This record gives sequence, structure tokens and C-alpha cells, in this order.
Amino acid sequence: MTGDRDTSTGDRVIRLTTPLTDEATRDLRVGDRVLLSGVIYTARDAAHARLVAAIEKGEPLPFDVDGQVIYFVGPTPAREGYAIGSAGPTTAYRMDAYSPTLIVLGLRGMIGKGARAAAVREAMQKHGCVYFGATGGAGALISQRITAAEVIAFEDLGAEAVRKLTVDEFPVVVVHDAAGGDLYQDGRARWKKTAS
Amino acid sequence: MRTVPYQTVVDAVAELCVRACYELPEDVESALKAAREREESPVARQIFDEILQNAKIARGGELPLCQDTGVAVFLVKLGDAVRVEGGLVTDAINDGMRRGYEQGYLRKSLVKDPLRRVNTKDNTPAMIHVELVAGDTITIAMAAKGGGSENMSMCRVLPPSAGVEGVKKFVVDWVDQAGGNPCPPIIVGVGIGGNFEKCAFLAKKAVFRHVGEPNPDPFYADLERELLDRVNALGVGPMGLGGTQTALAVHIETMPCHIASLPVAVNIQCHSARHKEVVL
Repeated sequence: MTGDRDTSTGDRVIRLTTPLTDEATRDLRVGDRVLLSGVIYTARDAAHARLVAAIEKGEPLPFDVDGQVIYFVGPTPAREGYAIGSAGPTTAYRMDAYSPTLIVLGLRGMIGKGARAAAVREAMQKHGCVYFGATGGAGALISQRITAAEVIAFEDLGAEAVRKLTVDEFPVVVVHDAAGGDLYQDGRARWKKTAS
Repeated sequence: MRTVPYQTVVDAVAELCVRACYELPEDVESALKAAREREESPVARQIFDEILQNAKIARGGELPLCQDTGVAVFLVKLGDAVRVEGGLVTDAINDGMRRGYEQGYLRKSLVKDPLRRVNTKDNTPAMIHVELVAGDTITIAMAAKGGGSENMSMCRVLPPSAGVEGVKKFVVDWVDQAGGNPCPPIIVGVGIGGNFEKCAFLAKKAVFRHVGEPNPDPFYADLERELLDRVNALGVGPMGLGGTQTALAVHIETMPCHIASLPVAVNIQCHSARHKEVVL
């Protein structure tokens, strides 16, 4: 792991390869810019509901979540010659009901946009998981960092199917860290202006 | 009575859908550039750069601006001296939208039933609002409205005693609560008046307006400016990571209402404000 200080923002830029180790996730702090490489998995609303239902029934999951990162995304269809279509993050609170179950099983990272519920953040702290933010709406830009995509489960869900993505320096920022840090709260507090 | 062939409407709508999802409108892009210059947070300025870079990539026509190509919303002004020959204007719009979403590699995001949740696979139905107007033209305005920002909508019927202060508090508190979820910098559509359903429609109509074009009534233009200042003072910033530019604009649309009621609705538009219009 490299930890260069980015002088333009004061934040660290860290390159990480999946699967993530406990040491790596526990070291990350809010505001750190991370470039993720390796394999990550996609899942959003309906896929999460199915994953958690499978866990409750004791059925096997389409991938081993231990040490992995889930990206909350529902991409547009890929054109010929492209690995994937537009692929920006979706709003994460909709996955709040499901994420703690996956974190207990070893999930070490989630990528989305928007704040997470207290129960998710408690599970993150207890088990050493990190929530990364990506820029919403920048789906065309982000898709250029995805070099391969393959549907591995729930094909009938279309855009919501579980995909195995290969990413190269996928840019994210640590929004909620495993120590309880909250970039949304910090950022807002820093720029809030009191009424005149 | 002027006639417009059914297929002409289908073709025009298909093109509207595709172009809207790849080409960020000029008014939105200029508003984003101006906001980037005003932004004080360096992290937020980087986000503005990403958003503008994304618009440049999408304009190439290979990748849509955002993966959520949304519910297709249409505001139609149907002249009383024109008719669509060969079928209903609403059917033509659905046919055109279906074709545009397929040919443009756009995401099909609608489910047939709100509780049983099976995808319609063709993004139908479009949400179509038809207004009858004088004249022999058909104006079709289209928005690809994403779910992240749409979910941060709210409608309340306040008592008249709440007054303008009650409206301001409702809007500002709601944008604060929405935080980074709706992909700020946002455009805040506010509907005031009418009744329960009309004020929600007014709020949606408000996000169709050209960014920053003020309400023609100076009283409401002032209120728009004040609300924009107050929203930007919240510190939410682009993507909720903190900053001085939470919204690009606040647009208010109004209409008369009952003596007992003060309906207010907020509809939030994300920074990827995909709108296109055609006159047939």
C-alpha cells in the first residue's frame, strides 16, 4: 500500500488491490482518496434482497464476500467493443437493510453515494469495513476504469444482476471509515454558513 | 386542422430520448461552470471537474451521461388545431421512447408493478402530461429523471398561517435532509399552491425550466434568489462532501389554491439535468 499526501487537497492518495485486508481497511480514514484495482462485485436493491434471503436460508452465495468490495450500481447496456455501459454509483441508503448481514460475513468495502444508517456504520466499525463514495452521475467517466464485466448471478434482474468487474485504479473517496469517521458531517460542518 | 403523422412523433421522441441522455444541455453546463468558479472547497471543485469531464465524454455518443437514464417524463403542449394522424399522441410517445431507449443503449429502469417489481424491459410507460393549448403545433419536452434525486421529493399541505416563512423553512430543511443523496449540485423545483396533486406537478414543471431563468413575477424571483442563498449556505456541497455550491438554481412555479390550504412540493433534479424539447 502506498500513502502519498496529495498536496492539492491535503488528503492521502492510496492504491489498493482487492481483496482488502483487515490491516488496509482499518488504516483508511475519511477524506483518503483511494484508487481500487482488481475484482469488485456489483449488487443493488433487488440483488441485495436475494443475497440476504439466500444467507437466511443457508444457501450458497454467487461469490465469497470475505474481503470483497460491493459496488452499488446498475449500468446501462454495453455497446459492442465496450466492457460495460455508463456505470456510476447509486444511492446507498436503500441497501442499509441488507449491508450489516454481508459485513458480518466479511465484506470489507462498499461503493455508493449518500450517507449510511447508524446500524450499518456500527457493523462497519465492529468488523472493519469501509464505505467509499464515488461521484454520482459521472457514469461515463467511471466506466473508463472498468476493464471487464461479467454477469455471475441473477441475470433475470437485468441492470440489477450481480456482475464481477475488473477495475483499474477506480477512483473513490473514503466517506465512512471503520473508526466511525463521517466525511459528510465533516464536509458540511466545514462549509456551513450561519444565517446573516 | 393541421395533421402530423404518427411516425413523425415516434421518430422525434426516439431522438429526444437518445440526445437527452448523451448531451448535457448548454444551460446546465454553463451553470455548472459558473458554480465551479464560485465554489470555495477544493474537494468540491474536483467533483465539478469530474462532472464536466463526464459531460465531454458522454457527448461523444458512446456512453450515456449517467447510468440511471431514468423515467422518461414528457410535458406535451398539444395545439387545438393539430391532430396526430394514425393513432394517439400518447401511444406515439411511448413507441418513440421504447425505440430511443433500445437504440441508445439506455437503461430500462421501470417495473410493471410497484410491489411485485418485474422489469417492463422497455422502460415503458413514459410519464406523460398533456396540456391543451391554442395553435397548430405540438411541443414535446422530455426529461430523463433519475431515481436518486426523485426519491428525495416531498409534498406537504401547510396551513395558510405558515406563510412564506413556513414555505422557506420546509424547502431549506428538506434540501438539508436530502444531503448528498440526490447528487448535488441540484436544481430545486418548488411547487406552491394548487392542491395536493397539482403542487407536485408544479414542482416537476419547475425543474424543466432553463437553469437560472427567474420566475417572471419579481416577488417569486426574489424568493428564488433567497432560497438559493440559504440552500447554498447549508454547506452540503457537490455530492454532499461539503462546499458552497449545493444548488445551481431554485425554480418556483405557483397557482391559485383553496383558502384553507398552502400546498408546497419539492422535486429535486440532480446535476445531470437531462432535458430536451422539440416542436412539431
